[in-house]
Amino acid sequence: MHISPVLWQFLVKWLNASALFPREASTIAPYADALYFFLLLITVIGLTLVGILIFGFSIRYRKEKHPVAIQVEGSTLLEATWTIIPLALFLIVFVWGALLYFRIYNPPTNAMNIYIVGKQWMWKAEHPGGQHEINALHVPTGRNVQLTMISQDVFHSFSIPDFRVKREVIPGRYSTVWFNATTPGTYHIFCTQYCGTNHSVMIGEVTALSPDDYQKWTQESTSGMSLAQNGERLFASMGCNACHSGSAAARGPNLAGVYGSKLQLTSGSQVLVNDAYLRDAILNPSQHITAGYAPIMPTYQGQISEDGLIDLVEYIKSMQSNYRVQQTLTTSESNQAAPTTPGVVKP
Amino acid sequence: MSATHTILNLPDQRTATLPKRTYLNNEDGLLSWLFTGDHKRIAMLYLISITFFFFIGGAFAGLIRLELLTPQPDLVAADTYNKFFSMHGIIMIFLFLVPSVPATLGNFLIPIMVGTKDLAFPKINLLSWYLYWIGGIFTLAALVLGGVDTGWTFTTPLSTHYLNTHVVTAATGVFIIGFSSIFTGLNFIVTIHRMRAPGMTWFRMPLFCWSNYAASILMVLGTPVLAITLVLVALERLVGIGVFDPTKGGDPLLFQHLFWFYSHPAVYIMILPGMGVISEVISTFSRKRVFGYTAVAFSSVAIALFGFFVWAHHMFIMGVSNYSALVFSLLTMLVAVPSAIKIFNWAFTLQKGSITFETPMLYAFGFLGLFTIGGMTGVFLGALGMDIHLTETYFIVAHFHFVMVGGMLMAFLAGIHFWWPKMTGRMYPESLSKLAAVTTFIGFNLTFLPQFILGYLGMPRRYHAYPPEFQVLNVLSTAGATVLGVGYMLPLLYLAWSLKYGAIAGNNPWQATGLEWQIQSPPLTENFIEIPIVDHEAYDYEWLEHKTAHEVTTVG
Repeated sequence: MHISPVLWQFLVKWLNASALFPREASTIAPYADALYFFLLLITVIGLTLVGILIFGFSIRYRKEKHPVAIQVEGSTLLEATWTIIPLALFLIVFVWGALLYFRIYNPPTNAMNIYIVGKQWMWKAEHPGGQHEINALHVPTGRNVQLTMISQDVFHSFSIPDFRVKREVIPGRYSTVWFNATTPGTYHIFCTQYCGTNHSVMIGEVTALSPDDYQKWTQESTSGMSLAQNGERLFASMGCNACHSGSAAARGPNLAGVYGSKLQLTSGSQVLVNDAYLRDAILNPSQHITAGYAPIMPTYQGQISEDGLIDLVEYIKSMQSNYRVQQTLTTSESNQAAPTTPGVVKP
Repeated sequence: MSATHTILNLPDQRTATLPKRTYLNNEDGLLSWLFTGDHKRIAMLYLISITFFFFIGGAFAGLIRLELLTPQPDLVAADTYNKFFSMHGIIMIFLFLVPSVPATLGNFLIPIMVGTKDLAFPKINLLSWYLYWIGGIFTLAALVLGGVDTGWTFTTPLSTHYLNTHVVTAATGVFIIGFSSIFTGLNFIVTIHRMRAPGMTWFRMPLFCWSNYAASILMVLGTPVLAITLVLVALERLVGIGVFDPTKGGDPLLFQHLFWFYSHPAVYIMILPGMGVISEVISTFSRKRVFGYTAVAFSSVAIALFGFFVWAHHMFIMGVSNYSALVFSLLTMLVAVPSAIKIFNWAFTLQKGSITFETPMLYAFGFLGLFTIGGMTGVFLGALGMDIHLTETYFIVAHFHFVMVGGMLMAFLAGIHFWWPKMTGRMYPESLSKLAAVTTFIGFNLTFLPQFILGYLGMPRRYHAYPPEFQVLNVLSTAGATVLGVGYMLPLLYLAWSLKYGAIAGNNPWQATGLEWQIQSPPLTENFIEIPIVDHEAYDYEWLEHKTAHEVTTVG
């Protein structure tokens, strides 16, 4: 039989271009793969065992060879064996899986943070330095990168298979995932949670760059305004500084240094101020009244986009002293309020 | 002959004749079927109905695989593709898998197996079939009016706020079908509790009854939660009550909790009755009692119990707390154990048997292999850290299809072939059906094994288009689906053929021990001329041998 050379070339190329196993491009990948191979091993052993039993018994006790069945009631010893051995194996898998889970989902403290906003049907990446990307993400190799993610509409899921990480991106709630890329290159980003018509177009590429290249990239692609600076403008234009002025007589609590602190609420509970708390406190202030203050803050639900909220959160995070707030106050009072960024604030 | 040895010979089928009066010809006319209270007739109505929906759902599966033959989105538009997989899922799960074994084989056999004339509530049984069809018509209406593209999971806020397809129509359909499932479960529970023949103790019941009983508990307790969830989705969509809407103080994750609280037990509703079929088939064709009867019976109940407490393993990546992730992962590992126990008990049932390899047995062997793979890959997904990489990819698609198609559908086909002589009085053609069983097995593996590899590569589920490096595996999968399609068409054709031309089966062509095999095929409307008094355990081949020997002397 002769295959035409053109068809042959096509087949060879096609088969060579096909993938069978994902690349290991993050520090987590080898850990995930180790568990995967262990699981594959016990699956193959289990399947072989079942196969040997079925085929062995089928050959040995087929009717032609063994015309008379011998009735057996059962065996407590055997029942115990195949209860305890699988149970033990599954418990090993449980512990191993749990350790891997915490490794993937508990970010190291020194990770650099990048915000991801998912919306139908694109990924927006917001770097604190003011780089904005759509369906792309540039990260340095050899550094811990944490993604703080939120969805503007429906459930999405942010997946980088070559890094073995994935996390649901949920409306109204920050979720995080972290990784440390090891090899420069480009890798798929997939939205893995079905999100409507163009679900399969909600893909992108993560580009892992060597630290030098990454440095170059950050300088070339900055928008000139960091997220905190954007937040500062927004803080002024929404009139936040009218109450959160930082002065002792202010109607709203002082926000300087509030991030990371423990806050006493009027409801009596104590909360840790993190990104999620700040976001909730802007959208649902009546649920989050700091002890000693009147519940006068209006809700900003529907008035600020997720991007805007991220800017505000970044700004409040960056406020380590009153100096910046007072500066903002001066700016807004001097009739030179910073212009609102188009598309960030809903009118 | 010693008490521990059994020799059984197949009866001479040439002398068998069809009985004059059976449940099939007791009354004539379409109305006698549509208003019947006979559990056997309702089972046949269900069988025809679910077969109809199976082939609709199967057609959608075929279209999905055809689109995925190439990486480009070139066969249909994205919205159409989304409607394909949504309808495939909704039809296959709610209209085929959930009612498959219980509503057909269960309906037909459970009253006979426990030795009674009908189910406890024959009219509710008929009502359940009508509800099934009303729900089915709503689902078909959603399809004909333009489809629905929520996926079978109806995930909020996508289903409530972002889609303008017929979500409420489809949800109403599923809501109504749910009640048909509840009624079936209720009927089984009451029948098994209250209507067993004298001497038929719990531990003399065939394992098919045990597994259907366990599934019935899940149906009765789980399905209402699905109904509530769907009502909330409809209200959210129509009135905007905001239970799942974060901007109104609702929680979209609450939907996931409620939905999976039903839908995880639902997979046990689907698989448990299939396990019952496998117990019957393997015992019969090994001519040996099921190894560790009590272990198999209690493992069904254990699966039903644990099955209620593992739902959040569908949500490991959704930001549930670390503690709940740990608890649900641990419980998931525990629920895997009873399934392993069953597999080994079935394998050891073969030991020292006298095994023949008729079609039901081939399907059962297929079940054992595929369910082992399906179950073990479930452990992959139950392991917290592994789930992160595997969930929402083709790995989960493959896992689910190994359990549901490789497991449940194989068991269903095993059961249909096994009890076909009892239900119709005629044999199916043996060599053709063996060919179908082997074709199905090969086609299935070719379809779904590549999807495990695709899943580990990270190919997401529900993708209309995909990166070109995944094509080779997708082509293999589509090729397998073609073979699989042939494997499913064959039984449809030859079983229909056998209704008229099949060899006459006789009462007990397999020399099986169940009460259903001791009566005529097809049975009388009343099942039994007189209610049997049960003085032997299930799978008691010595009792059968003794009885057969006795019969020969009196009948001859």
